[in-house]
Amino acid sequence: MRLYHPRALRRRAKGLVFATGVILAGLIIAFFRLQVLQSDDWVLRASSNRVRVLPIPAPRGMIYDRNGIIIADNVPGYSITVLPGPVDSVRATLTRMSEHIELSDRQIERVLAQLRRFGREVVIYSDADFDEVSKIEERRAEFPGVYIDMRPRRRYNLGASGAHLTGYVGEITEDELEMEMFPDSAYSPGAIVGKIGIERQYESLLQGRQGVRWVEFDARGRIVGDFAGVERTAAVKGEDLHLNLDFGLQQWIHQIFPDSMSGAVVALDPKDGGVLALYSAPGYDPNAFVGGIDTETWAGLNENDQKPLFNRSVLGLYAPASTWKLASAGIALDAGVVTPDEMMPDPCEGQWYWGNRFWGCWDRQGHGYNTLAEAIGNSCDVYFYQLGLRLGLQRLLDRSTDIGFSQQCGVDLPQESRGIFPEGPQFWQELYGYRPTEGEALNLAIGQGPNSQTPLKMAQFYVALARNGSAPAPVIAKGVATSEGWQLDLAPEHIESLQEGLRMVTAPGGTAHFGTALEHWEVIGKTGTGQNPLSVRGLAQDHAWFAGMAGPPGEPPEIVLVAIVEYGESGGQVAAPIVAKAADYYLRSKRGMPIDTIQTYSEHILSGPVPQWYRDRFPRGFAIEAEEQITLAAPAEGGS
Amino acid sequence: MSFSEKWAIDRRLVSATLFLSLLGIAMIYSAGQVEVPNAVTERAWLSQLRWLLVALLGFTVLSRIPVPWIEWAAHPIYVLGIILLGVTLIIGEGRGTAAGVKSFIRLGGFGFQPAEIAKIATILWLAQHLSDRDSPLRTLRDLVKPGAIVALPLALVMLQPDLGTSLAFVGILFAMLYWAATPVWLLALVASPVVGLFLAYDTVVWSTYILIVIACMVLFLRSRLFLFESVALVLANFASATLARPLWNSLANYQRNRILVFLDPEVDPRGAGYQVIQSKVAIGSGEFWGQGFTQGAQKRLDFLPEQHTDFIFSVVGEELGFVGTTLLILLFGYVLTRLLRLAAVSDSSFAGLSLLGIFGAWLVHVLVNIGMTAGVVPVTGIPLPFVSYGGTFLVMSWVAVALAVRLSYERI
Repeated sequence: MRLYHPRALRRRAKGLVFATGVILAGLIIAFFRLQVLQSDDWVLRASSNRVRVLPIPAPRGMIYDRNGIIIADNVPGYSITVLPGPVDSVRATLTRMSEHIELSDRQIERVLAQLRRFGREVVIYSDADFDEVSKIEERRAEFPGVYIDMRPRRRYNLGASGAHLTGYVGEITEDELEMEMFPDSAYSPGAIVGKIGIERQYESLLQGRQGVRWVEFDARGRIVGDFAGVERTAAVKGEDLHLNLDFGLQQWIHQIFPDSMSGAVVALDPKDGGVLALYSAPGYDPNAFVGGIDTETWAGLNENDQKPLFNRSVLGLYAPASTWKLASAGIALDAGVVTPDEMMPDPCEGQWYWGNRFWGCWDRQGHGYNTLAEAIGNSCDVYFYQLGLRLGLQRLLDRSTDIGFSQQCGVDLPQESRGIFPEGPQFWQELYGYRPTEGEALNLAIGQGPNSQTPLKMAQFYVALARNGSAPAPVIAKGVATSEGWQLDLAPEHIESLQEGLRMVTAPGGTAHFGTALEHWEVIGKTGTGQNPLSVRGLAQDHAWFAGMAGPPGEPPEIVLVAIVEYGESGGQVAAPIVAKAADYYLRSKRGMPIDTIQTYSEHILSGPVPQWYRDRFPRGFAIEAEEQITLAAPAEGGS
Repeated sequence: MSFSEKWAIDRRLVSATLFLSLLGIAMIYSAGQVEVPNAVTERAWLSQLRWLLVALLGFTVLSRIPVPWIEWAAHPIYVLGIILLGVTLIIGEGRGTAAGVKSFIRLGGFGFQPAEIAKIATILWLAQHLSDRDSPLRTLRDLVKPGAIVALPLALVMLQPDLGTSLAFVGILFAMLYWAATPVWLLALVASPVVGLFLAYDTVVWSTYILIVIACMVLFLRSRLFLFESVALVLANFASATLARPLWNSLANYQRNRILVFLDPEVDPRGAGYQVIQSKVAIGSGEFWGQGFTQGAQKRLDFLPEQHTDFIFSVVGEELGFVGTTLLILLFGYVLTRLLRLAAVSDSSFAGLSLLGIFGAWLVHVLVNIGMTAGVVPVTGIPLPFVSYGGTFLVMSWVAVALAVRLSYERI
């Protein structure tokens, strides 16, 4: 049979042997490339396969108050991380995990997206609690590629009382990774960064530098051990930050602020503008944000009508009302259009006729003829109408703009509102479409009209009154250069007369006397009744303001305070006691004196007889109060 | 028949395959030696050893049965194989990474792959069919029947869908047709639509290709082709080009990924490309001498996929180095050429053709399996004969050895 003739078969066999030889030689060449020519690359790749460089998180720098008390520190915490692997198997692992710990589909997709994008380990939980860690640890084998690591957890010792000041940290977002303030060299996905507040402002200082360690893993993500080949690089702790803040004062203000009310308190050191306290009510617990806030807490904070996340002290804009009269007065003295002892030509008769209409004073009884100090003490609108006219609209606008009432203070926080104040006549034209008349000066001079300020801005202004007319920018951190402040050209006697006016407010007979009289200190200041959209329609009370300063009697003030209580109605009865009690706490603790919760005169007489110190310090005041104290004390006795 | 004649089996082939089987058990043992032990893979070598004993028992029996029995049985075994493949499509189940592929039938405590039986059956029947012919296959029409014998099991395996095993049937067909004196140009023309299928991704490339094919037909083969065949071939080429896209779209996602990843594993290093990359990392880091038996770090740390079955050769590469991979490839070369040698000296055309069928199947297995571990061919789930873990495959490989030696010693 010719078809399978031996010679033909041998020929075909040779052909196939040759083909087989070519194929197998091809394979051998492929292995020669892999195992001999490129082997160095693959050896390297093999070690990077099982040896991974893992970041050692750097502890953030501590935050201390002015006395060295710890405001923010680090405690041990756990992070749960997943190693890169085939996307489908990582997804399966995370889905299994979601049966045991809280892990939404969205979180899973986020982890997978990061895995695809960066091709390195992804932090699933940057702050797992012990319960979650033990649930994962128990079922180790079910979660290949998942490992648990120690990582410092941020702790805020001020809690809710300091939330708006300290801010909080959280995991860096993809948007943040794009930002210039987070350079790739120092930040990688999973990094914990400051989100708001001081944590954000001083992020680069507090962050530190993460270290690296070389860890050998198996393919299922179990740590086999430290890789012997390379030394680990230790993490460098972030720099510590010292604040001008007074820890105790901040807490004290949180305690004394009326429950369930909203508002803000700012305390500044008149010496250097240092922020002693910066409080916004209601607060929230910043510790809840560390490591990711749960949706329920977040919704609770976000949907709360009182907006606890809103930092009223630097973002809240309020009509400054009568507290702003000191600004008109200061500008007028600076411009030389009034002198302290001069009285305005028209006496206050409860109202004043100018420009075809009557302009009312808050007190229809009238105040008669007033010096500047008396006008401040009485908060006499008629005096300030005339003062505003003398200044003239243009000069009032120019000078107020210089002082920065339409600017930010420049405090060292990532966010701050600009004050709203017309920088020139165009303001009215742009907003309302008319040229302002001189009458606008009348409104502005008494703190009304288009004028909204933050509590911090008002505090900065009162710092000028506590000094020599100059006001440095408020600064929270110690030893930080801030933007320059401003200067009013006021002589010492000008300052004296302005302070005298403030003193009348808190002196016996003044509107804020009961709530501000203290045993050791003199509190002076100005009340304000800020109208708001609800109060003008009669739906709620006005906002209560008190801006003032305190120190030992006869000595320069050591603390400047501003308090605003939203819908608090009375500056004298609601806001002023907060200022006095905070000042008492600060001045006493500064001197190591004991601190009692019963501080002001009104608190004393509500809980007992008129204290001896009050008789000694205010003989005249005592005489007046002697008649009224029974009526004042009565409700307290009735209630007890 | 003298005693020595009765036992005149080809010792070289048997020694080589026995050595491969033992090496396989050793590598399976090594594959089970990992940092975090797994009860199943750790004992896989024992199971493989038991299967080897079964296989050797089968070998002893099969290598003694009379050749006429084998020829007689070819047809019934083929029918049985087809039935089993059909049944597999209904009650079959998957294993390991190929969990979605219905390739196993569960019988009592163990599963087996009917495709392996079908392979032997196809070889035998095709050998019988081709050896009955007394003229060479010269026209397309001549190829219809042999093509159909292979196409039926091939189609059933494709439906599982097990691409790797179906490639083995293609190897069987081409090797046996070649042995049956089918001209190479005719085989090339038959293969041309399949080649065109892959070239159809680019219109320009495909157009060039089809012009070359037509030019060859006109210039060199005009006298050898009938008009009808020429037209049919050109039409087949056009049809495959037209079908390329719908066919691509009908592929399962993982199959498409495997092809894309073959072109560039780094397109998806953590997804479909993972296996290939990890395999190359293990092999490459074995370097020239290897990391030592059971010492492979990638294997120990579980980075290798399917390290005791389809990717067993990666373990060889990592632990025994270039020396080990080369020796093993040469050993397969020896087995394959030995089959050719036995076929060439065989004076029975049935025996020669059967040996060529075995040759074709094993060549595909060796090329595709070893090639995929080095990333030179796409990943298709196909085991390495004698070495990979798997009972049916080991036993059927030994059945093939038994047939090879039985059919070839007839002459002696």
